[in-house]
Order: sequence, then structure tokens, then C-alpha cells
Amino acid sequence: MAYSNEVRNLFTEQLEELKAAGLFKEERAICAPQDSEIEVEFPIGSQKKKVINMCANNYLGLSSHPDVVKAAHDGLEHRGYGMSSVRFICGTQDIHKELERKLTEFLGTEDTILFPSCMDANAGVFEAILTEQDVMIADRLVHASIIDGMRLCKAQNDSFKHSDMAHLEQKLQLHQDKRLRMVITDGAFSMDGDLAKLDKIVELCEKYNAMVFVDDSHASGYIGKTGRGTHEHFGVVGKIDIITTTLGKALGGASGGCVSGRKELVEMCRQKARPYLFSNTVAPVIVEGALKVLDIISKTTERRDKLERNTIFWRKSLTEAGFIIKEGETAIVPVMLFNAKLSQDFAKDLYEEGIYAVGFFFPVVPKGQARIRTQLSAAHEMHHLEKALDAFIKVGKKYNILHKSKQEIIEMYGQ
Amino acid sequence: MAALKDIILDYVKNEYLEEGDDREVSYDTPLISGGIVDSFSMVSLKVFLENKYNIQIPDAKATPEAFDSVNNIVNLLKEFGINE
Repeated sequence: MAYSNEVRNLFTEQLEELKAAGLFKEERAICAPQDSEIEVEFPIGSQKKKVINMCANNYLGLSSHPDVVKAAHDGLEHRGYGMSSVRFICGTQDIHKELERKLTEFLGTEDTILFPSCMDANAGVFEAILTEQDVMIADRLVHASIIDGMRLCKAQNDSFKHSDMAHLEQKLQLHQDKRLRMVITDGAFSMDGDLAKLDKIVELCEKYNAMVFVDDSHASGYIGKTGRGTHEHFGVVGKIDIITTTLGKALGGASGGCVSGRKELVEMCRQKARPYLFSNTVAPVIVEGALKVLDIISKTTERRDKLERNTIFWRKSLTEAGFIIKEGETAIVPVMLFNAKLSQDFAKDLYEEGIYAVGFFFPVVPKGQARIRTQLSAAHEMHHLEKALDAFIKVGKKYNILHKSKQEIIEMYGQ
Repeated sequence: MAALKDIILDYVKNEYLEEGDDREVSYDTPLISGGIVDSFSMVSLKVFLENKYNIQIPDAKATPEAFDSVNNIVNLLKEFGINE
């Protein structure tokens, strides 16, 4: 038998090591639609508890919006449940093409192609476009899905220190001997909550003849005056060669992703990207939901404006209370705790206070950089944030970390 | 002419330490297991060595263990005839 007791024990030991090191992740069960307040079982099977959700990517509060849910219902009625096909065989409906057009318009690009997820978009895009004659130069904090996609591509890999434009310029100079250069970055960095310096990146890429790739998954829908994304924020709409983004965060929260950008690059994906060629098409219900989301946010900026006010309040309040947070403009606000076990204990205590947030630790973030990554939503009202703040302060006092430096926290809890 | 290990150490510090990072890095500091270099950014170091010394390091030899300290890298380079 391939799965003998010996083999079973091998994996059991590895899992026990994770537990001993405080690196074991536990799931909670949410017994409600996604919202600012949810009912949770933690641990699974225990009594349900109503808590304020501070860790969803539901930035615009649209994940359970009645209009989005209705549009999805209508989609089920008019276009069915599933297509049982990849796109190029018989998996493209009129609504897929309509969503691609609407995303192109929203993002200010030339063309767009849907993928089952942005993870799939990132897995497929580099290999579809670049060859061993080319080079990919990525910010060192890009999302894991980008790293995976780069590994699948035969172009040379290189990287630059996070947001360090001088280091990026050195790399662009170093790689002038390559056929093509592509600079790769997140728009909004998912673990630190800061924005890429897209204006500077575009300037450098114009100077050194390189393409610009941005994964804007944590920015699409709310960054920029009308929520178009990081490129709108930095005034470089139309200058990004490839944008990948997700429909699974602000833009509805269900699933789906896309590659959007120069029409020839999008067409290359349509012809060659493996997740596009070999994975099932986005379900009609998701497409209809996403179309309604784009419709809502194209008519008014009230949701992204409210999110901005919530974010300013939350960042200012945590800082004044004495927490160490990462500076940034996004709705991702990491509360730094540095020690993995501390981040888990802190999260458990927050839960007891009615606040749902999760500890992030290695390998999701580097060792010694554990945190609670809080995320704001336009669905949060001020009373939610005030209650959450009170809970954070209470638990912060319990662990004696308020108004302490990084060094002091590490001395107390280790790294 | 600078010693081989100093050339490598200088490259590691310039390439991987961010401004304000005051960690001590010397010839035997764990680079990968110590979190200074991760497996993603290790490629820059490999390419630097290949270009600088005109060698090709096969993927099977470019392991996290082989790159885990300046001293380890110096030992690896000996296999390609590059000595102190």
C-alpha cells in the first residue's frame, strides 16, 4: 500500500511540528452571508457567535448586496448554472464578452480576458507572453500567485527591493541585453497595505524600454478617485501594459479574475494561456453578479468614499492607541505583532471580544513579521469600528504591547 | 584585488539589505534559513555569480543549502574551479 503507517506518520510529524512552532492554521465556519457582522463557529462545531468582521476583502461591502444577489439570481434563470466547457470550445456566452468590455472600459485599457480567478490569470499570463530571451523584474513583495506564474515562465527571473526605485533602475540597466523586459508589481500590496509607486515605475519603464505589469486585486474598485485602481491614483491610466485583477474582492467577492491591457497581449493569453485553455469558464451567475457590481460603482463613488473615511479613522485611531501599523493608503491595515504565537493568541482574544480578525505568520508573511491584518469595508459603520478599536485596545493592554517599540515587543515575546 | 568571499558578501549586503536594516551579515551568517534571502530572490545571486565568473550553476546545485552562507557559496564555486 502506498499510504502505509510509516508514510502517514511522516506527515503527522510535520503537522505536529507546525503546531509546536505556532504555525498551524485553523479554520472557522461562518454561518451567514459575508458582511460587516457575521455569525461564526470557532472552533467548528461550537456555539455560534456574532462578531464584527475585520478581515474580509469585501472592501465595498458588495459581497452580499441585494442588487448583486438579484442580478446573480437573474443570471441563473437566463443563462443557467454552468457551461461545462472551457472558453474556446463552447464556454463563451454573450455575457462573458459584455463583462470583458465593461472591465476594459472601467480599467481604461484596450482589451480584457476573463479567467476563473486572478490566481489563474497570474499563473498563465507570463508564460503566454514571454520567452527565455526576456526578463521579469518583480518587486520582492509581489503576491504568491505572481511568484508561481513567474516560475512557470521560461524568461529570466529577477527582483528588486520592495518599492526601491533606485534598485529597480539598476536592474533595468542590467537587463538592457534582453529582448523584452517586464517590471512586475502588485498595485496594493496584500500583506503590507502600501501602494506601488506606479508613476515612478512607469517613468523608469519608459526610460529603459520595459513593459509594466500590475496585479491590482487589492485596489480595483476603491483606489483612485473613481475606484479604477492604483493607476488612476497615480495618474497613469492607459500606461500600464498588463493589469490583472480579481472579481473576488471589492468587485463582488465571488470568484473570477482577468488580464486587461494591450490588445495583442490579451490576445496572446486567449491563444496560449494554459488556465484559459484548460480550465472551466467563469459561471454565468458570477458574470451577472460582476456586471451588476460594475454598474453600481460606475454610477457613484459613495462606497469608495465611505471606505476612505473608515480607513482614515481606523489608521489614525490604532496609531494613537499605541499600535505599530504599516503606513499606507489602502484599506489593508496590518497591526504588527512580530511573533507568530502572539498573533494567534491576540486573534483568539479579539474573538472573545466579538471581533473577527486572523493572525498572519510564516509562510504567509516572513518569519518575525507576524501581524493581524485588519481590512476595512464600506459595510462598516462607525459603531463597528469603535467597538473593534475598544477590543484591540483591551487586548493590546492585556499583552502589554501598546506604545512599545518593535524591539520591546520582540524582547517580550521573541521573534 | 578583493577576496572572493568579500566580493560575495558585498553583493549580498547591497542586493538584499534594505535601507535601515542593521542586521549583521558576515561570512557564516545564515542567508536563506536566516530570512535575509528568500528562494524567490536567490535567483539574483545565482545570476550574479554566473555572470561574474562565467559559469553555469545547474539548478540541482543551486540549492538553499548551497547558498545559505557566503562560506557555503565559496565552497560551491570551488567545484567550478573558482578559488579565493
